[in-house]
Amino acid sequence: MELLLFLILFPALMGFIFLVFPNNKARDAMVALAALVLIAATVILFIQNYSAGTVMYEIEPGAISMAMMALEVMLALAVLYLAVKYRQWIVGALAIIGTGVVLFAETLFTGPEHMNNLFVDEFTLIMAMIIGVIGSIICIFATGYMRDYHHHHEEIKDKRQGFFFLLFIFLSAMFGVVFSNNMFWLYFFWEITTLCSFLLIGYAWDEEARKNAFWALLLNLLGGLGFGGTFLYLAFTEPSGGLVMLDSLIAAGPAIAMIPAALIGFAGLAKAAQMPFSSWLLGAMIAPTPVSALLHSSTMVKAGVYVIVRFAPVYDASFVGFLIALVGGFTFLLASGIAISQSNAKRVLAWSTIANLGLIVTCAGIGNAAAVWAAILLIVFHAIAKSLLFLCTGTVEHRIGSRDIEDMGGLISILPRITIMMIIGIAGMFLAPFGMLISKWAALRAFLETPYGIFAVILIAFGSAATLFFWTKWMGRLLEVAWKPKPRREGEVSKPEFYSLLGLAAGVVIICLGFPLLSSAVVEPFLIGIYGIGASLGEQNIAIMLMMMVVVFILPVSLIFFRRDRRVIPHYVGGRAATMDMQFAGSMGVQRKVELSNYYFEGIFGEAKLGKAGNILCTLFIVCIGVVLAMGVIA
Amino acid sequence: MINPFIGAILFVIFAPVLGGLVAGIDRKVTAHMQGRVGPPILQPFYDIFKLFEKESAVVRPEINFYIFCYLVFLVITGAIFFAGEDILLVIFALTLAHVFIVIAAYASSSPYAHVGAERELLMMMAVEPMLILAAAGMYVATGSFFVGEIIDFQLGGGGLLVTWIPLLFIGVVYILTIKLRKSPFDISTSHHAHQELVKGLTTEFSGPTLGMYEIAHLYELVFLLGFVWLFFAGSPLLGIVVVAVVYFLEILIDNTNTRAKWQFALRSAWLAALVLGVINLVALVLGIIQPGTLGVL
Repeated sequence: MELLLFLILFPALMGFIFLVFPNNKARDAMVALAALVLIAATVILFIQNYSAGTVMYEIEPGAISMAMMALEVMLALAVLYLAVKYRQWIVGALAIIGTGVVLFAETLFTGPEHMNNLFVDEFTLIMAMIIGVIGSIICIFATGYMRDYHHHHEEIKDKRQGFFFLLFIFLSAMFGVVFSNNMFWLYFFWEITTLCSFLLIGYAWDEEARKNAFWALLLNLLGGLGFGGTFLYLAFTEPSGGLVMLDSLIAAGPAIAMIPAALIGFAGLAKAAQMPFSSWLLGAMIAPTPVSALLHSSTMVKAGVYVIVRFAPVYDASFVGFLIALVGGFTFLLASGIAISQSNAKRVLAWSTIANLGLIVTCAGIGNAAAVWAAILLIVFHAIAKSLLFLCTGTVEHRIGSRDIEDMGGLISILPRITIMMIIGIAGMFLAPFGMLISKWAALRAFLETPYGIFAVILIAFGSAATLFFWTKWMGRLLEVAWKPKPRREGEVSKPEFYSLLGLAAGVVIICLGFPLLSSAVVEPFLIGIYGIGASLGEQNIAIMLMMMVVVFILPVSLIFFRRDRRVIPHYVGGRAATMDMQFAGSMGVQRKVELSNYYFEGIFGEAKLGKAGNILCTLFIVCIGVVLAMGVIA
Repeated sequence: MINPFIGAILFVIFAPVLGGLVAGIDRKVTAHMQGRVGPPILQPFYDIFKLFEKESAVVRPEINFYIFCYLVFLVITGAIFFAGEDILLVIFALTLAHVFIVIAAYASSSPYAHVGAERELLMMMAVEPMLILAAAGMYVATGSFFVGEIIDFQLGGGGLLVTWIPLLFIGVVYILTIKLRKSPFDISTSHHAHQELVKGLTTEFSGPTLGMYEIAHLYELVFLLGFVWLFFAGSPLLGIVVVAVVYFLEILIDNTNTRAKWQFALRSAWLAALVLGVINLVALVLGIIQPGTLGVL
């Protein structure tokens, strides 16, 4: 238990230290040190507990709950102050309502206080590893990146002390979210992640950053009402408070837990940026890249899917679960389509994040053992590959001065090592035999086991065709080889940035090779604990996958052979005289340069069109959930 | 069921031979349709051997590497299929192989190959849903994703697969035109000289590089015909007849149509997948379709 408390409190403590520590090399070194300590602590926690099953930790809640409540009120007042100052009336109202409802509900519980406030099980451990390892690596990256950032953006005030304070507070809150069994505690940490993300998105605090930050805050506070509703519902149905504990609520089964599960699912959908809430994640791309990587790919949005996957056993084979799966499925399909029309790399990553979260939500909504297996592995693969891609994009942006994919043509010759890492990340997102595809495959199989799953399969079939398109064209652009490469600029990448990228890239490869181990040692016992049955892809399939993986790693050796005895000639340009460096003789004796660019299909996959359709559809599904539950209550 | 390794090894060794013969017959039939005598049946082999005798001239050395990967993964795709393994894995391996050919075209940095690459990618996007839905249909009908078990199911009295998923079969035949790069869907590169002056996707491939590409194409051809055969695997000989008929139809369509726009290819393939796939799958899940419902066989 000491380790859990350490993981929650240590980052917070470090955060406060960074708040007052001056911006210098010593601080950056301390950030790196703190990150390494966190990594070590999570790894120890993992090793100690991975075979222990679910372990509950007893903590006297009295004083801690009081302190949390006081902090909640203070934070709500702070939000209210900002909301009034910037005339964000809805945000202010939501802050008051949200906190008010929770405080009111808390007074209704009459029973004795429950002790099992913290817990660890296999799923928690996986989440903790993601937060502790990937989150910490991103913090290390941020030290190098933020120095560059202020170098490139001199107009933005240097608030790096606050920045690192928020990053570490955020990690602390994320640990809190996954370790809490008491849902009041979970809610407290949940709201802290919302506020941290609000402040981090608004880091530049100019007009646009502020607008996007408040928008994110508004949607997340709106989602947070789901928790308020849950507490109210539980206060009226079970005033003794026994069901406020996550484990007992889930164990209570669908008959009792369906309404709370749906309400918390609502909160999760908002935090996981599913349609119709997806706009906040797009707006959040204005934040510095480490923020995007940390909050909007590997951790905060994962808190959203974390609670939804937690409640998957409740959704299993229910109509509400099916509707949640539809929200996720349509989000996956449409967000993947929209990603085709984007040329801004960060927006492509943002839409693909929304899409993948949609896939996870679909799995959780379907809710059988095999689907949850797919969901958990999706969370792992996505967190690591996507944070690698975000950080690569940020690094590239500082080198070439653009985050547009069209400007990344031939990047392989300018930043070869960064580009190879980027390609590892991209391959990890959609290609056999790497990461995400394994889960997509498992998801397809899981859906077919359920009666309505076929609809989810149809959505996935079309959605994954779209992901294929936008990832491959990005990869193709990177690998176009210019004849006379521009000078290599890899030396300019700072050490913390380079090594954190290297760490993540190695992580992608290791997790792709090691997922069978992760599955059998951690995920399957978790599933057996809940469903009584495990799930896997089957040994034969995994063997073939690993064989393909080996082939992929061996094949580059053949490059040595293909480089020999070649005559290299200029490419064909309609029979015109062409030169090696992509020039050709244009009309009137002018030398012209060949310019290539990708297809984007604004007309078919435009953001405005598909986004609108998705928002309407998914709102409809969410309303349906409300109607179904309301009818159930009346009947 | 025969030993999986034998199936895979037979494929690796004999697929180019069989594929070459089919391609040779294809050219002969095509020639007759156009009122020509046509080349000898063995012409595809002569062509490929000749390609390997040519000087290797490339635009970028990396291209050969990507095409080699394309070849390797197409062989793996077919080998997994003929070993009787998971059909979804087969589809994913096929996608991986095609990603390599697209990247080869991108890497050649030629405007023609670049457009070819984008179009090939579009065509991959067009066929992917149909393939996955077909695999889903096979699972719902037979209870297994494994090609071997799908065959055993049919041989063991489950009825021909096509009687369970007839609409999906039609859909697969539809996208087969795209996969075989036949008119009207020879959009990324064409076999016919009259369709284009520059070869699209393969513009910058020459000599042994193009040879590797052609061999890969033969492997793919045999795999695709095997995929069609799977729908009739319960009656192997009938299956071969159907494959022959389907391939003849492809040649006929190839010779009676001009190239369509990519928009039409993408839209129609997705529409086919959506309409045929959804109707068939829903009917199957609801138990409306049973073998024999259609009165076939």
